[in-house]
Amino acid sequence: MMRLAWIALAAGTLMAGQDNTFLLRNATVYPVSGPKIENATILVVDGKIVEVGVKVTPPKGKIKIVEGKGLQVYPGMIDSGSPIGLSEISSVRETNDVGELGDFNPQLRSIIAVNPESEHIPVVRANGITSVMVLPGGGNGLVYGQISLMHLSGWTWEEMEIRRGAALQMRWPTYSMGGRGGGGGGGRGGAAGGGMAEAKRVHDQQVKLIQEFFEQSRAYQLAKVAGTPGLKPELKFEAMIPVLEGKLPVMITVAREREIKEAVEWATKEKLKVVLAGVRRPGKMTEELAKRNIPVILGSTFEVPLEDDDPYDEPFSLPGELQKAGVKIAFASFGVQFARNLPYQAAQAVPFGLPYDEALKSVTLNAAEIWGVADQYGSIEKGKWADLIVTDGDPLEVKTSVRMMFVKGEPVDLESKHTRLYKKYLARP
Amino acid sequence: MRILLIGAWSAAFCLTAGFAQDVTVIQNATIHTVTKGTMKGSIVIRDGKIAEVGEKVMTPSGARVIDAAGKHVIPGIIDCHTHIAVDAINEGSVSVSSMVGVGDVVNSEGKDIYRALAGGVTTANVLHGSANAIGGKNVLLKMRWGKDADALVFQEALPSIKFALGENPKRAGQATGFQAPGAQQNLRYPGTRMGVEDVIREAFLRAQEYQKEWKAYEAKKSKGEAALPPRRDLQMEPLVEVLEGKRLVHAHCYRADEILMLLRVAEEFHFKIATLQHVLEGYKLAKEIAAAGVGASTFSDWWSYKVEAYDAIPYNAAIMHKKGVLVSLNSDDAGGAELMRRLNTEAGKMMKYGGLTEDEALAMITINPAKQLKIDQYVGSIEAGKQADLVIYDKDPLSIYSKVEKVFIDGNQYFDREKDLEERPKQDARKKGLLEKEKETEKRNAPLSRRPS
Repeated sequence: MMRLAWIALAAGTLMAGQDNTFLLRNATVYPVSGPKIENATILVVDGKIVEVGVKVTPPKGKIKIVEGKGLQVYPGMIDSGSPIGLSEISSVRETNDVGELGDFNPQLRSIIAVNPESEHIPVVRANGITSVMVLPGGGNGLVYGQISLMHLSGWTWEEMEIRRGAALQMRWPTYSMGGRGGGGGGGRGGAAGGGMAEAKRVHDQQVKLIQEFFEQSRAYQLAKVAGTPGLKPELKFEAMIPVLEGKLPVMITVAREREIKEAVEWATKEKLKVVLAGVRRPGKMTEELAKRNIPVILGSTFEVPLEDDDPYDEPFSLPGELQKAGVKIAFASFGVQFARNLPYQAAQAVPFGLPYDEALKSVTLNAAEIWGVADQYGSIEKGKWADLIVTDGDPLEVKTSVRMMFVKGEPVDLESKHTRLYKKYLARP
Repeated sequence: MRILLIGAWSAAFCLTAGFAQDVTVIQNATIHTVTKGTMKGSIVIRDGKIAEVGEKVMTPSGARVIDAAGKHVIPGIIDCHTHIAVDAINEGSVSVSSMVGVGDVVNSEGKDIYRALAGGVTTANVLHGSANAIGGKNVLLKMRWGKDADALVFQEALPSIKFALGENPKRAGQATGFQAPGAQQNLRYPGTRMGVEDVIREAFLRAQEYQKEWKAYEAKKSKGEAALPPRRDLQMEPLVEVLEGKRLVHAHCYRADEILMLLRVAEEFHFKIATLQHVLEGYKLAKEIAAAGVGASTFSDWWSYKVEAYDAIPYNAAIMHKKGVLVSLNSDDAGGAELMRRLNTEAGKMMKYGGLTEDEALAMITINPAKQLKIDQYVGSIEAGKQADLVIYDKDPLSIYSKVEKVFIDGNQYFDREKDLEERPKQDARKKGLLEKEKETEKRNAPLSRRPS
């Protein structure tokens, strides 16, 4: 109650009623779920979209007006994987909370370690990204933990939370001859110098560990369902129950055809709801992914080709090839430093075959669908939360600036450490 | 095996690209000259140089005509900071490694050359690494894919050398808690920013002494007196060239304090820094950098990857530019040539981060780096008399939706997207054939598993 009073005071006389109730008018609206609407108005009440269209009846009484003349409105973008909030300065260990020790950590929940004051958060959202799948892991483990879906706005991680456990993050073992596995995860070296035979031995051993862990988890699940007396609670196995029930998606990092085939066959046998991440060389598995409705989270297009004799534009053309084959794609920055460039990752694929509308979907509605929140986020539609960005142009284009942002209808500050330093030093006498 | 495949590939491509030194005319294009505005018109290329640029030009009979209606032409992109096409980057065992140079280890078969070319880069400054306060000598290359190492070198350019300040050069001087006790004995001075300054000052004091010895010798010799030449010092020679303005200095730096230090040390020893590289806190010191007449070559939006990059802002280039510093944008690519393929959109970002105009943004990857490298009389803009290093884009080159279609260096076409696409199936077939041959060879050479009993 006290809190509400303060907000009303702070809002002053500018608006009547709540901050998250307003009429955004005279803008060109790109709902993503449908064609663009010129001269449109969006009515937002208590943070939710109540009406979108050319003719919108404003509610009775005073309402805050947001002028959108000459501007464009899009749904806020979703980064399908970044350790933002868990990693501040990548080279300084003390500022990193990514990648817990141990092979199997399904009980870990990334959001509880998010620093809401991270300087990265305002920097990333300034480019139109309103929510992120926060990755707990990377590196040597196998099952890293639970990915949380959160808003890039809020005083505490609890206020930022959209879904604490939105997916389980794991990686599929690679046949790695010392180098990294590619994509978002990378692999445990192990086989350096040992050649293919050693690489296979390490791979097989890790696959066996994964199979055993899932078997144990199933045994626990069955024992629990059966009400086996004396069963002691075990956090790791508890966390696996929604995964085994096919309710919680599993995001598996896997780059190449051979490993993709193994991972998909294994996940199908285990009846898991699977999403692949960091795919680089799907080969003949592309059709299979489309057939089985397995979505793919692509990493950055800003990579060099995997092999020296690959076409120079291989990372640019992959998104279009997957989309054309019928695979649902979304993008993830898989990092923090360049997370603000998520829209450009998608756009880079457009001149190399990805249709523009699909690029826009891949950072909005597709992501919401893949992570099971499309009833509330991902497009500008009646009944959804008002996660909106107001821009002076196409948000996937590098020249465009985001002018306003709303998260659940609340206006979000677009200033950051970067704009503060800019203003300060531009004004230096 | 891998090298074999690339070799086959490059040879095949060269055959399909035209290398005739005759006249080419690019017609009906939107021409971004960078220095003289943007126009719809044509470019005449003769003997590797731009002969004429204008809205209306005479097309000489027999000229090869490229219709570029709807397309955009910009000067070849110049990347002021890369580590591509070399087999080694750092000689990090000493604090002053001016006796070595990356020009000695150029790998002309590095695929990064072709990838950079496919991104519109025609000239790349290939630098020694940042492991030492005074690093090795650099080499400036043109992306003449298919030519040998010597033929890649930008002949007209001045030689240069790398300096480095801050975290990288002091890294080898800092023991970490995880090192074995014995490892401390291998620490290399300097371990602090104070030490970095000292290394540079000590080195230039020695260079001044060395210069004096030679001057004294030359003086005696010119008077006809008997004199013994000083023993050549390969470490000091490049530094004397710096003192004499014959060798450019490209200095890796991050924080404002260390940048200011270097500006003052250069004043003390009366030499000039050509460019501050990375210079991520340059925006805090723009006034001093501008006053010293020193160039700045930076990133568009990199930050937070280390402590000295935590105050980096994407407005760095814009602030420095607005305060009178000559600014370029670079990739710092090593090995892969990733960012080199899209320096055009890195420049495009500057229209958002600081509100630069199209020409100002484009200048940061063309004429500005050319000026910084003192090659602006040869390249960096589309003007008659300059070398015909040109890139044809299908759309606005500063847009993320554009792609490179053709690239010319010295008037020769080194990249053609259509030909690249055409080549791919042939390339795949060649690779398949080679792999089959390899299998056969392996079979033939395999030890006999069954021996007659």
